[in-house]
Amino acid sequence: MRFSGLRVLREGLRGNRGWRPHWRDASPRPAYDAIIIGGGGHGLATAYYLAKKHGAQRIAVLEKGYLGGGNIGRNTTIVRANYLLPGNSEFYSHSLKLWEGMEEELNYNVMHSQRGQIVLFHDDGQRDAAIRRGNAMRNQGDDAELLSVADLRRMVPYLDYDQARFPIRGGLLQRRAGTARHDAVAWGYARAASDLGVDLIQNCEVTGVDVKDGAVRGVQTTRGAIAAPKVGIIVAGRSSQVAAMAGMRLPIESHVLQAFVTEGLKPCLDHVISFGMGHFYISQSDKGGLVFGGDLDFYASYAARGNLPMAEHVMEAGMTLMPMIGKAKVLRSWGGIMDMTPDGSPIIDRTSVEGLYVDCGWCYGGFKAVPASGDCMAHLMALDRPHEAAKRFRLDRFRTGRGLMDEEGTGSQHNLH
Amino acid sequence: MRFAQGGLIDREAPVEFSFDGRSYRGFAGDTLASALLANDIRLMGRSFKYHRPRGPLTAGSEEPNALVTLGEGPGQEPNARATTCEVHDGLVARSQNRWPGLGFDLLGVNDWAAPFLGAGFYYKTFMWPKSFWERLYEPLIRRAAGLGSLSGVASAETCDKAFAHCDLLVIGAGPAGLMAALAAARAGADVILADEDTRPGGALLRESGEVAGQPGAHWAVQVSEELAGMDNVRIMCRTSVTGVYDHGTYAALERAAPATVRREGAATETFWRIVARRTVLAAGALERPVAFRDNDRPGVMLAGAVRAYANRWAVRPGRAVAVFGNNDSAHRTARDLMARGVHVCALVDARHGARTDLDLPFFPGAVVSRAHGGRRLEAVDIRMPGRSLRLRADCLAISGGWNPSVHLTCHLGARPVWDADLVAFLPGAGAVPGLDVAGAASGVFSTAGCLESGWHAGMAAARALDLKPVEAAIPKAEDGHYDIVPLWAVPGKGRAWVDFQNDVTVKDVSQAAQENFRSVEHMKRYTTQGMAPDQGKNSNVVALAVLADATRDGIPETGTTTFRPPFTPVSIAAMGAGAQGMGFAPRRLTTSHRVSLRRGAPMLEVGLWYRPSHYPRVGEATWRESCDREARMVRESVGITDVSTLGKIDIQGPDAARFLDFVYTNRFTTLAEGRVRYGLMLREDGHVMDDGTTARLGPEHYLMTTTTAAAGQVLRHLEFVHQCLCPHMDLRLISVTEQWAQFAVAGPRASALLEEVLQGPLDLPFMGCRAVSMGPVGARLFRISFSGEQGYEIAVPSRYGEGLFSRLVDRAEALGGGAYGMEALNVLRIEKGFITHAEIHGRVTAFDIGMAGMISKDKDCIGKAAAARPGLLGAEREQLVGLRPVKSGAAILAGAHLFEEQAEAISRHDQGYVTSTCHSPALGDTLALGFLRNGRARHGEVVRMVEHLQGVETLCRVSDPLAFDPAGGRMRD
Amino acid sequence: MRITCPICGARDRREFYYMGAAVALDRPVPEADAAAWNAYIHERDNPAGLTRDLWYHEAGCGAWLVVTRDTISHEVHGVTLASDMRAGG
Repeated sequence: MRFSGLRVLREGLRGNRGWRPHWRDASPRPAYDAIIIGGGGHGLATAYYLAKKHGAQRIAVLEKGYLGGGNIGRNTTIVRANYLLPGNSEFYSHSLKLWEGMEEELNYNVMHSQRGQIVLFHDDGQRDAAIRRGNAMRNQGDDAELLSVADLRRMVPYLDYDQARFPIRGGLLQRRAGTARHDAVAWGYARAASDLGVDLIQNCEVTGVDVKDGAVRGVQTTRGAIAAPKVGIIVAGRSSQVAAMAGMRLPIESHVLQAFVTEGLKPCLDHVISFGMGHFYISQSDKGGLVFGGDLDFYASYAARGNLPMAEHVMEAGMTLMPMIGKAKVLRSWGGIMDMTPDGSPIIDRTSVEGLYVDCGWCYGGFKAVPASGDCMAHLMALDRPHEAAKRFRLDRFRTGRGLMDEEGTGSQHNLH
Repeated sequence: MRFAQGGLIDREAPVEFSFDGRSYRGFAGDTLASALLANDIRLMGRSFKYHRPRGPLTAGSEEPNALVTLGEGPGQEPNARATTCEVHDGLVARSQNRWPGLGFDLLGVNDWAAPFLGAGFYYKTFMWPKSFWERLYEPLIRRAAGLGSLSGVASAETCDKAFAHCDLLVIGAGPAGLMAALAAARAGADVILADEDTRPGGALLRESGEVAGQPGAHWAVQVSEELAGMDNVRIMCRTSVTGVYDHGTYAALERAAPATVRREGAATETFWRIVARRTVLAAGALERPVAFRDNDRPGVMLAGAVRAYANRWAVRPGRAVAVFGNNDSAHRTARDLMARGVHVCALVDARHGARTDLDLPFFPGAVVSRAHGGRRLEAVDIRMPGRSLRLRADCLAISGGWNPSVHLTCHLGARPVWDADLVAFLPGAGAVPGLDVAGAASGVFSTAGCLESGWHAGMAAARALDLKPVEAAIPKAEDGHYDIVPLWAVPGKGRAWVDFQNDVTVKDVSQAAQENFRSVEHMKRYTTQGMAPDQGKNSNVVALAVLADATRDGIPETGTTTFRPPFTPVSIAAMGAGAQGMGFAPRRLTTSHRVSLRRGAPMLEVGLWYRPSHYPRVGEATWRESCDREARMVRESVGITDVSTLGKIDIQGPDAARFLDFVYTNRFTTLAEGRVRYGLMLREDGHVMDDGTTARLGPEHYLMTTTTAAAGQVLRHLEFVHQCLCPHMDLRLISVTEQWAQFAVAGPRASALLEEVLQGPLDLPFMGCRAVSMGPVGARLFRISFSGEQGYEIAVPSRYGEGLFSRLVDRAEALGGGAYGMEALNVLRIEKGFITHAEIHGRVTAFDIGMAGMISKDKDCIGKAAAARPGLLGAEREQLVGLRPVKSGAAILAGAHLFEEQAEAISRHDQGYVTSTCHSPALGDTLALGFLRNGRARHGEVVRMVEHLQGVETLCRVSDPLAFDPAGGRMRD
Repeated sequence: MRITCPICGARDRREFYYMGAAVALDRPVPEADAAAWNAYIHERDNPAGLTRDLWYHEAGCGAWLVVTRDTISHEVHGVTLASDMRAGG
């Protein structure tokens, strides 16, 4: 069924009885050509591109809970391509281009809104770093603009320019950056993949990975054994556990990242704004809630809930940066589990087990990566060689020191990225 | 419509307030909702999507409909619940999410278009043409969406934050909470009793039943007075416990009473972090509605809320009231209203075989199937087996049963448990360590049961705290049996509301299931049910029951969505209290701060420190002029600058030297007493962490300096290495950054100046140190240089810093020099190719900065193994270089990237970048440092600097980073 | 969240700095191979359940602590001074 305004009118007139399932719920078959472990954004996108671009026929996505129930269902929805270092730069650039065509590609309104992101800087060192980053973006072919305080006062007059502890000295703007309706991205890929014949299997937890003679043979699940010559582990938040089933130890530590939303408000904040002197980023959803977040809770955790110190720090950053939001009331806070890597950048690679691939380590940048991660992981799984845009996301970079992508420059301590 | 008597309002204290520009009267003790209802105003809001007219559904913080904006101007508060807002003189309230007015709202047209605006319609449209999303569709959607408005400017009000500690936290001061607090307090526990209401009592405030032979509200006053009289009890009213966190930490929001807020400087809200050894959750239960056609009309209220308005606020809820329910709550409402002389036109009980003693039209086994009316309820349809009936009514009280307030028990991840007998979710056992649930929150719905359950919970808490509980009699009270049949949605045509606030109907939920959003999480996210400001308090259980019906799964199998903090919304101002303006971070000031300010120096934020940018003199129009003059001053005469912000770590012990050998790449065991050495420190991953000098002050005594930025990180790292990797080494570390004020004295006349100040020869070789004295003040003198000139640093205990700085600057000025700031300091170090964190930014190695040779080959050190990884060495690495413009005076900009002269400026051709840049007065040209691929092998080559953002391109010649006085004679001799 | 420092007693989480898995205590010998160093610096067991990790009582006594903790429930099972741990082992 094709979605359109006309269809909405027609179904509305018929009492909305004609709508059909967005995707088909499948039961596991005994064998597939490829299995994707994980029905989140990255897994669903991978399945979609495997079917769409590589003509793969028998694909299953195994999800232990409900589709899109992981980090794609609990992020701050920011989409941007503003990276500094080779590897990240070309990958996120590729991803943003895919975002720009996503609604047409999927026939699903994911509300991708290119409202612009402004990253503020507060001293000369930060300005120089912003210039270096902005130039990396421009070199990559993406847009970036340097904003003066006068520009900022005009565009975002509600920031505290006069009393703040760390005065605002300027900003880096990417107009093509913005937000999207996160859940819809998962549903859009699920629907499109399902239409291409992908089996989406919910409530099917993988309990073992079958490896024989150095090659993957399939997986054990709560719904029985399923055979496949290719298996992709795409389970950010649980990567270490699933990799351990295949005898692997990943360079990942899991951490909680909290996020917050306020009650609905009339439009008051038109961009995505990122503070430079403490972790704080904010945008306003189309429904009117201010959606914002900060840094990790900093201790290894799988609890998917946060603690107060970081929550308070985030509110404090909000109050020093834009005190006009003080009367907005936080309605809900939540936590997601991040795969933190030693350089803060992801992994899309083969493993020591033939036919077994990993897509993990997204730290807290995974949402905007969804389309390119799917595209590149599908490319890798289908052709057994890396996609040009993700060829630096290698697992062995930590051992060799080659091509590390430490955007923050904080080093190998996992929680510092 | 106020009853002539009764209620917990103060009829001696009338107040005047306004709503939508009209003045009304109420009494102290009223909420905005009760006062408006008493003035016969029912229409208080519009719904989110269809802009349906709405009146209050509840009488508490869970209110979904009556959301208003309080106040005007900068401090206006959107989305306040009329049902909890205390009226007071001068209160200004306005309706919201309507245009042009509440009575006539143009966006009410959405209600007519409802067939096209069902669940998730926006995922299916607004896709064509592509560019219209940002330009047309999204702005329209955003404008229509949202509820109230922020003022757009900062409020002048203040908020506060606080910590509290107690033995027992009791959440909720209803019958169960009061008894729990009493039991524990009498046993001697430190108790905090928190309740979101303005006074203790909870459900007793709305019910007419007696406790211990007196009205329940009176009993509550008596008990709270006893509690208030005990030193070990703190009663916190207007305090909502909003979140449960690990290890007995609770978040709570306290609202100040209106009278307090009017006091100058008083905090309007206080965000509490309460640490409790034990907790009793006695948060009560929330009544839920039943879905039937047009059940959202103003005048339809929950049965318990109707009792609250009648009993607590003496408000006559209507002229003809119909009551509908599936449990005894409905009967209680009918009885209380009749006792007040209100005409109850029907009591509709969904339970077959239900009975009543009341003298009224009674309809057992029947349901209300439809509400009629627009901006107020006019009639209801009653459907019973075989017939139906329309009755005129201007108020309908409904009860679909009670949901225990399990929310807080789920904040640590536990799920509630379905109880088929109570037709409700109950808290899971052991959901929160240290927390017991009592009263209605645990599914005990009679008053007697609540009193008893609270008492036992308090006794149990006392015992768990090793206190001796004191037995006492539990007061007598109503002890009815809770008898309920499941009733979620009355079948029929039309739209029946599940989530009033977000306009989600029974049809939306079933359409979601039809579209395969069958998981409760999918349904929620697709329909937005439960995502409005009430977070589904009124709708979650009904919605999942409707979903369970559509999917043919059971309710327990369907499960709930996740309960998350906060229980009630918390303002950002409260949770971020204190941070506005300068409060966000502490300010660190050097001892010379005041002197620098007196000399007109603009201050720069450097981490938490403030450091002077430059010291402007008369006739200098720009910072550059001052900076150039200061740099020249240091090169030609003498300059003074405060370097106290650099980290200073005192290291003592027999193994101190061995320890330094391990944390630095180079050797320190060979450092002689009275000597200073530059050291390079790596992270264990082989990248540069920091650099600085370390002086050997005594046989087992060293003083390490770090950069300003890395002082904390280095101390932490040293402690880690010592305690975790080599605890056998005998040494101690301590930061003495704050204890010593330290000033650089640099320039050809530095010795002369210091000899004068110290009244004697300095007698100190380059990289030497010794103790000196200035009268009675012991000081330390180091001969080190960050400027490339003859340089000293002199350190005194901080209390003498200001005096010494003034004196040094005065003397320098007498010698033709003076104070210099950060800008000149930066110029001097760039001329010398000295690095700062602009260069050692966390991604560079010793190899990259040309210091690979400093990694000693014959000893281990932190980072040595990882630094030898193949990827961290070799020609592919970007290496530190100096840069000068080919055309003298051309700009080189920090952050710009470097390319080969003819190459297009795109990523593929990227060769490096500029880190630091300045105008060098000594060399009369632009000078920069940067990193260039294989840069050390490329000295003399020309590269192109491109800065896209400001549109600057400059050809640069690559050179050694050390540009000024390469032989170093000025520094050493 | 609260951690009981063996020296200072029960303190709020905000007094502590977190480093990561206590594997950091087991530094390889200098001549260990690349795989051993990679395992030490980068790879982690990252258990969903009981773990031992390193915390630093930065706003307190300055002790590095080994905390035995559940990464799912956050329950703390034990806290030891890192220096004792190393001295004992």
